[in-house]
Amino acid sequence: MEKILELKNLKKHYPIYGGVFKKEINSVKALDGVDLDIYRGECLGVVGESGCGKTTTSKAIIKLHDPTSGEIIFHPKDHKDSYDIARMKPRHMKKNGLRSKLQMVFQDPTTSMNPRMLVKNIIAEPIIENTNIKGKALEDRVVELLEMVGLTRNHLYRYSHEFSGGQRQRIAVARALATNPEFLVLDEPTSALDVSVQAQILNLMDSLRKKLNLTYMFVTHHLLVVKYISTRIAVMYLGKIVEIAETEKLFENPVHPYTNALLSGIPSTDLDIEKKRIILKGDVPSPLNPPEGCRFHTRCPFAIELCKKKEPVLEDIGNHKVACHRKDEVQELISKKFA
Amino acid sequence: MIKNHPKIKELKFTLNRIFTNPSAIIGFSLLLFFIVVAIFAPQLAPPNTKSHNPYIVPHEGFSATPKQPSAEHLMGTTSGQYDIFYGVVWGTRTAFKVGLFVVSIAALIGVMLGVIAGFYGGLVDEIIMRFVDIVFSVPLLVLAMAIVVAFERDIKYVIIALIMVEWRNYVRVMRASILTLRDQDFIHAAKVMGVSDIKIMLRHIIPNGIYPVMVIAFMDIGSLVITASFLSFLGLGAPTGYADWGSMVAQARNYIVGPTGEMFKYWHTIIFPGGCIILFVLAWNLIGDALRDAFDPKMRRQ
Amino acid sequence: MKKIIETENLRTNFYTYEGVVKALNDVCITVNHGETFGLVGESGCGKSVTVRSMMRIIQSPGKVESGKVLLFLDENGEQEAVDLLQQSESYMQSCCGDQISMIFQEPNAALNPIMSIGEQVAESFLFHRKKSLSEASLERLNAQDCKVPFKGIFKNLYKKYHEDENAFVFKLLSHIPLLNRWDFLIRQEAFKRAVEIISKLGIPHAEDIAVQFPHNLSGGMKQRIVIAIALACSPMLLIADEATSNLDVTIQAQILELLKDLKKKHISSILLITHDLGVVAETCDRVGVMYAGSLCEVAESRELFGNPSHPYTKALLESVPKFHQEGALKTIEGNVPNLVTPPAGCRFHPRCKHRMDICDKEVPNLLEIGKNHSVACHLFGDK
Repeated sequence: MEKILELKNLKKHYPIYGGVFKKEINSVKALDGVDLDIYRGECLGVVGESGCGKTTTSKAIIKLHDPTSGEIIFHPKDHKDSYDIARMKPRHMKKNGLRSKLQMVFQDPTTSMNPRMLVKNIIAEPIIENTNIKGKALEDRVVELLEMVGLTRNHLYRYSHEFSGGQRQRIAVARALATNPEFLVLDEPTSALDVSVQAQILNLMDSLRKKLNLTYMFVTHHLLVVKYISTRIAVMYLGKIVEIAETEKLFENPVHPYTNALLSGIPSTDLDIEKKRIILKGDVPSPLNPPEGCRFHTRCPFAIELCKKKEPVLEDIGNHKVACHRKDEVQELISKKFA
Repeated sequence: MIKNHPKIKELKFTLNRIFTNPSAIIGFSLLLFFIVVAIFAPQLAPPNTKSHNPYIVPHEGFSATPKQPSAEHLMGTTSGQYDIFYGVVWGTRTAFKVGLFVVSIAALIGVMLGVIAGFYGGLVDEIIMRFVDIVFSVPLLVLAMAIVVAFERDIKYVIIALIMVEWRNYVRVMRASILTLRDQDFIHAAKVMGVSDIKIMLRHIIPNGIYPVMVIAFMDIGSLVITASFLSFLGLGAPTGYADWGSMVAQARNYIVGPTGEMFKYWHTIIFPGGCIILFVLAWNLIGDALRDAFDPKMRRQ
Repeated sequence: MKKIIETENLRTNFYTYEGVVKALNDVCITVNHGETFGLVGESGCGKSVTVRSMMRIIQSPGKVESGKVLLFLDENGEQEAVDLLQQSESYMQSCCGDQISMIFQEPNAALNPIMSIGEQVAESFLFHRKKSLSEASLERLNAQDCKVPFKGIFKNLYKKYHEDENAFVFKLLSHIPLLNRWDFLIRQEAFKRAVEIISKLGIPHAEDIAVQFPHNLSGGMKQRIVIAIALACSPMLLIADEATSNLDVTIQAQILELLKDLKKKHISSILLITHDLGVVAETCDRVGVMYAGSLCEVAESRELFGNPSHPYTKALLESVPKFHQEGALKTIEGNVPNLVTPPAGCRFHPRCKHRMDICDKEVPNLLEIGKNHSVACHLFGDK
């Protein structure tokens, strides 16, 4: 499989300044060493609780902020070279034509569109910025995009507040697609929408990915949504990836205790399925001073001495990577403890 | 298509919001009245053909005692025999000149600096805002005195002094409104699309963040006239005999209370120019209020 | 089964600039003793407005137009119905927190940032249970080893308070600085009970938590404190308005488990409002589904999720991803209607697949189609 993006030891620390001279006294470790390969054409779901660094990762890739250290290597389709965009200036990205290849759909379509712009101008803006299309051709392209997301020419001359939530999110998708991107970050694109509209957007995104051969990074805390749309899932906890596997594998055979707890905590409407619920104790520790050793050991029901001392690394166990010291015995422990 | 263009619809909607508000109707009618007076000043009070500057109020004689209104002097004369009617009519032009000039230039400077400070943050923000803090510590009165001493008594130095202190307010208001906009998703979205900083400021930030500045600017046009009048009253503004409401009130300051037994004998020397100041300020304040209601996103439709 | 609260044809409108939003359209729900009733629906369907109307905390420009909210109080073994909409403001104050408690989505907004956690929980006791607290303090004063200065004066005061809490002397004392602290023993007692109830909710080190301030605590912990405040006076009914929606999955699981546990031990009924069908399925005994301001279907949870009957319920269940999802999700075409101009007749008819001629003419009534299963749909009428 062809890689489109490689994250190598990506870190993002937000410094906290203190004292009269504003010296750095500590930092919030939002991302603390993330290694991740994203393959062309897949939909990678990233799940975790709030503050686990899933949004920070996605925003680092589309360069909404500069990571503290690490590399983001981007392999564009028609280029011979690959680029490390982690420290590339926005100007250079635009000049190399990389900017338009990485786009994003935001969580809340109400705030992600300029309320004083017409739909036509909202969608046309990225096209004008990145190509030379003008006049009639521009309008045709905008209409083409609108039709692609299930809207019509009649919607061109309207403001975003005249639309319902679902339609607004369609416009946001059309805008993200306007520059023919290769990679899209979807940051909880359905969590601000009504339940009955959510399915429309999910199906639209799925069909667009197949039709346009896009690669998605789908960031969400909603596990059933991610299960429905993703081909591969990465589970994050406190700035690190703890488990990554293909969707089917992860849901059938979760290894990391945190993944197990997450999956067992999903409230489901299928009442006939018996579930072993793993209730974790306590809260996520502060990313200011993450725990020593394995970051999950403070809440893990199966923590041993080793977990407090040594940090586990992400190891491959057959197309399935886990960072846990007791990965071989977790299933046994769970069935023993939560039978 | 053009007939029902949404921008026109939106404008109609905003205008409708403004003109269904009673205070706006009063404010705009007062303003209209003043505009008409200012435009037709040469017809209402024809300037003396010999005078090279129509803003200098004609006077007959040098008697200090004001005269009562009569057919010849519709509103009477003030101390020094200056014609009040002439002064009030041409003073309208002065009031507009001061208000519009000062506010437009100060707002332009303020908005520019405010947007830059708010958008870039960090060191740029720190430098601009500390400079604003320094300007905030300069008292208007001292500045005006220094300027008048250095140059001469003239309305244009009043305008310069006011611009020099007025822009600081707009920087703070604009910056505050930018700070809330800066982290909105549509700004992030524009950055992801590769829109340059200047275009983001012009196209996304200013159109969404300008409203609080517009509201206070409208209100300021009125209050600036008060400030200018007060400078004139202290003798730091327009020279004696200049058609300016403030200096006319200043000229009449010895006749605010009449002689014993006739307390209100010289009412006309204060009421006409003073009333004009009050109505002018009221007009702009009512308009500012109505605009605030019209632009208030909470009251706008979703 | 004994009812605890019931609404009859509740109708609430919001008078906005755009026009009159008909937010509730004759909503009738009943919550019985000992059950967890779930109210589900999309945002804007009126589920929050329903409970806010019930508790009379509708914000302006909203107004309850008509209907009844009956609260059934046990009076010497007989049930007596009180219409909350007709009661005075002060009755509602004493009723809220005592008989009915409410918890909201945002714990930050519910907690006072400058009061310690313990004081905030104690406040609930002080408001509703001052009399029984004075008794406890009196016992403490009567104990042999009690060392309080002016013991005799306090004994008399507390005895008097226990006998007549509205006596003139207490009104007078409450206005005099320093002397208005006469009830400090009661306050101490209340604080002690607050610590007790916090530890009952499974929070370790309750004494330490009680002296902390809200900003020291995490979101999940704050929500627990809010629940502690709500449960302080062991109410008959707990209303939870999207109480877990802002929390992470693992924390949500903790809180839901806690609510289940509490229902067994302390409170008789819970009215749970949420948009998450999964949460409802796992925690509720009976479920009501709302759409655009009207109730579509009420049934026992197993029945509703196993045999949904209203076309909206069916479509909604099919449009949510499931644990064992097969094939693509089905979608509901169209959008939620604008309630300024709601569709005539059944409000779901423009999006309904089984639309008939009658649907846009007549509003369907809630009909019983099975045991504890009612549906408001013309498909089930006249059979």
